Amino acid sequence: MKYAYYPGCSLESGSAAYDVSVRSVMESLGFQLDEVDDWNCCGATEYFTQHELVALSVIARNLALVDKQYEQLVAPCAACFLNLKKTDKLMAEDRSLRDHVNEALGAGGLSYKPGTVRVRHLLEVLYSDVGETALRQRTKRSLAGLRIAPYYGCQVVRPLNGLDNTEYPMKMDELFTWLGAEVVDYPVKAHCCGGHMTQISESQAFELIRRLLQSAQDYKADVIVCICPMCQLNLDAYQSRVNSEFNQNFRLPVLFLTQLVGIALGLDWKKLGIGKEIVSAEPILREKLEQASAATAG
Amino acid sequence: MAEKVGVYVCHCGSNIAGKVDVEEVAKWAGERLKDVTVSRDYKFMCSSLGQKLIEDDIRNEGLTRVVVAACSPHLHEKTFRRACSNAGLNSYLLDMTNIREHCSWVHRDVAAATVKAKSLVSAAVERVKFQEPLEPTFVDVNPATLVVGGGIAGLQATLELADAGYHVYLVERSPSIGGHMAQFDKTFPTLDCSACILTPKMSEAGQHENVTLLTYSEIESVKGSVGNFQVKVRRKARRVDYDLCTGCGICVEKCPRKVVDTEFEAGLGTRKAIYTPFPQAVPRVPVIDADSCIWFQRQKCRACEKLCPTNAIRFDQEDDTLDLNVGNIILATGWKPFDCRNIPQYGYGRLANVYTSLEFERLCNAAGPTNGKIVMRDGKTEPKSVAIIHCVGSRDVNHNEYCSAICCMASLKFGHLVLEKTKADVYSFYIDMRTNQKGYEEFYQRLLEEGMHFVRGKVSEITDAARQPDEQGKLIIQCEDTLVGRQRRIPVDMVVLMGALEPQADAKELGLKCGISCSMQGFFTERHPKLDPVATMTDGVFVAGACQGAKDIPASVAQGAAAAARVQGMITKGKVMIEPVVAKIHEEACSGCRICNTMCPYNAIEFDADKNVSRILTALCKGCGTCVSACPAQVITGAHFNNQQIFAEIEGVLWDTADKQNALVSAT
Repeated sequence: MKYAYYPGCSLESGSAAYDVSVRSVMESLGFQLDEVDDWNCCGATEYFTQHELVALSVIARNLALVDKQYEQLVAPCAACFLNLKKTDKLMAEDRSLRDHVNEALGAGGLSYKPGTVRVRHLLEVLYSDVGETALRQRTKRSLAGLRIAPYYGCQVVRPLNGLDNTEYPMKMDELFTWLGAEVVDYPVKAHCCGGHMTQISESQAFELIRRLLQSAQDYKADVIVCICPMCQLNLDAYQSRVNSEFNQNFRLPVLFLTQLVGIALGLDWKKLGIGKEIVSAEPILREKLEQASAATAG
Repeated sequence: MAEKVGVYVCHCGSNIAGKVDVEEVAKWAGERLKDVTVSRDYKFMCSSLGQKLIEDDIRNEGLTRVVVAACSPHLHEKTFRRACSNAGLNSYLLDMTNIREHCSWVHRDVAAATVKAKSLVSAAVERVKFQEPLEPTFVDVNPATLVVGGGIAGLQATLELADAGYHVYLVERSPSIGGHMAQFDKTFPTLDCSACILTPKMSEAGQHENVTLLTYSEIESVKGSVGNFQVKVRRKARRVDYDLCTGCGICVEKCPRKVVDTEFEAGLGTRKAIYTPFPQAVPRVPVIDADSCIWFQRQKCRACEKLCPTNAIRFDQEDDTLDLNVGNIILATGWKPFDCRNIPQYGYGRLANVYTSLEFERLCNAAGPTNGKIVMRDGKTEPKSVAIIHCVGSRDVNHNEYCSAICCMASLKFGHLVLEKTKADVYSFYIDMRTNQKGYEEFYQRLLEEGMHFVRGKVSEITDAARQPDEQGKLIIQCEDTLVGRQRRIPVDMVVLMGALEPQADAKELGLKCGISCSMQGFFTERHPKLDPVATMTDGVFVAGACQGAKDIPASVAQGAAAAARVQGMITKGKVMIEPVVAKIHEEACSGCRICNTMCPYNAIEFDADKNVSRILTALCKGCGTCVSACPAQVITGAHFNNQQIFAEIEGVLWDTADKQNALVSAT
């Protein structure tokens, strides 16, 4: 099985751990990811509010670049996924928009016919295409003993994506039970992380981040798992600021989905980018996973 | 001899005349259509004066055919057929064409609508000339009636008929009659005890000489038609001898196996493996649930059998079927509760102190698992605050768009019970307060005075993620208060979700068996929403209660009684008319291939093996035409819908193309 791969700009910089772990996990599962040649930024959340038509054209360029031999495009970043999916859908629904976008793409010798590329989020691919049976069979190191708080954020659950329940998603929860983990069913898993609000109004953003960390801690999570670079950044990089702001002492490591899947598949931690996070995950991972394997061995 | 056709175009006030130039249509038909002797338009053709016009023309002008261009035949075909026969014309020599629903109501352009009306009139005129006089037949009505569903609507219908002296078979799928009403504590708006008003009706039905009670039974199949239905009922194995059991209850008392009762107690209480759903159950004969019985699971125990004083336990009993012959059927199969887990952000099943409305009914009920004490899931703590959430799965495009009709009043009732029994604050989260029946608005006023808090807005989330110290350990209701215009978070101890009333999961299946359809939402479709709410499009099949649409107890009782009255009318009349619009097989040409036998949706075709021909059972045939089109030898004719009539109708509707061709021909 092979997919066109759209890493997006975060995965080349701040979220390199996501990129490296996605590649390692998919390779070990026998799924081929081929990076789209000469892809460009998806415009994130901001560009839409500036000029919608330009934003859509910029995104559509990526869809147009997907080689004919690929039917599906995988995006691990929640924002990239939403933008690509939305563009495909809007172009399919609105003929005049499609013509405008294609006129813009035409200047670069490109065009895109909506519906030709199926845009997938990585979670969907792991959940449905790899699936429960394969993931259970391939698990070399059960995540038993580790309490995981899956954090979905706000982008993948948008109704147009049709990816999961929009109010209370469950796919990541299910996936981690297949890998043996104890999944924490905490109530804020689809609440907002604040997004770029950290740059605009720190106090607002920090309160949103605090709520997420607080709930995960109340439910005794060992680690929070993200499927969006923005969420991971906010929860991880701002954790110490939130601590000093609210006089708290959160110490919750925040990892990407594929980092923990990779651990379960028995991959080398270095190849999964473990250690790149700011709140170090290694101590709790070693403690919990070794306790569990000692218990099973004993 | 040429036919003399009379054409009558109705204005229907402005309903038709507003979009169709009816005078022009009538004038045109009189001048242009062949064999039309008289053509008139009239303000209301269905009025007695309009009918008289037709009758007089038949008598004075010697009309041999009549075309009425007006509303749907569903509404007035009978009216105009009667007018024809009053004047001595066979009523099947009438054709009614619909220029209202099919024309004026669905078009904007007057000129185009007028052309279409002309086409429809032309089609009817061409068709009616080939129509043949037909005579309806009459069959006797079997006075016995089948009522399906033993809830309050079905009980009411049963007792009305039984008291009038007619036999009723009451089929109920659970072990006792009583329905949802048996689970309730109080009933709004008068707060009378539900059991006190229901159980007398239950025992009356149980003991009535004219009622055969068939509990723990389901409808397997329905054959036949109005007046004479043949119904197969499957009686599920009770594993207790119905005749020997005295209902002493020793077996239930001594049964060592206790399981959670997910039905009557809505999961809050327990029952034994051998059980009656509740103490006042009718009949008092218990059933053994094989899925929980120790004997069926592990081949041990048999305590009930050893202790039964009348040796009524029958472990080897199996399902059996019973054949019933009835003249009419009343479906009163009720509703099922919405699964509140489908709205996961409300936390049902995840947050312990979130309850469904049925659970809360049991919690309030003096005979319920807590003896009527309102306590939280721990079984002892009284809540200090309770939130009642309206419209859970109702008025919601993601689930059911309709209003469930009972929840506002049930919420007020719950509010009253909480205020009466505890010191808790009660919050109602509503979208609109709908209290529009007798005594309902007064009850709302009463709760306002009793101090129930009302917050207008749809709840977005119920969460245990506290943000403030006063939210710790509470369930927080997050909601936009649309009267104040701001987001609110209200911490409470207990939440009640007023789940929607949904159609039974198998309503469609039962509807198919009885030949009636369901609405988009899955409720049974009545013949007319306003003027014929308990009849259906299938003669002899009636509906009552929540199976026809969400409704409360008073409305269900009214429909139960109404359906019974309709059935009584049929029985008193004694005979029903069978439409002569049926298929006929020309036996001399039939090859006996039997293709039509299996195609007939009404099982109305029998095969005569001696003569090797198929034959239509006229009383069962509905004239649907399936066999007519399926017959490879084309030896089946559908009366009133034969090929000649249909082709003439098609030619008639294409009058303007024929005109154009004629115009072209004359031009060359």
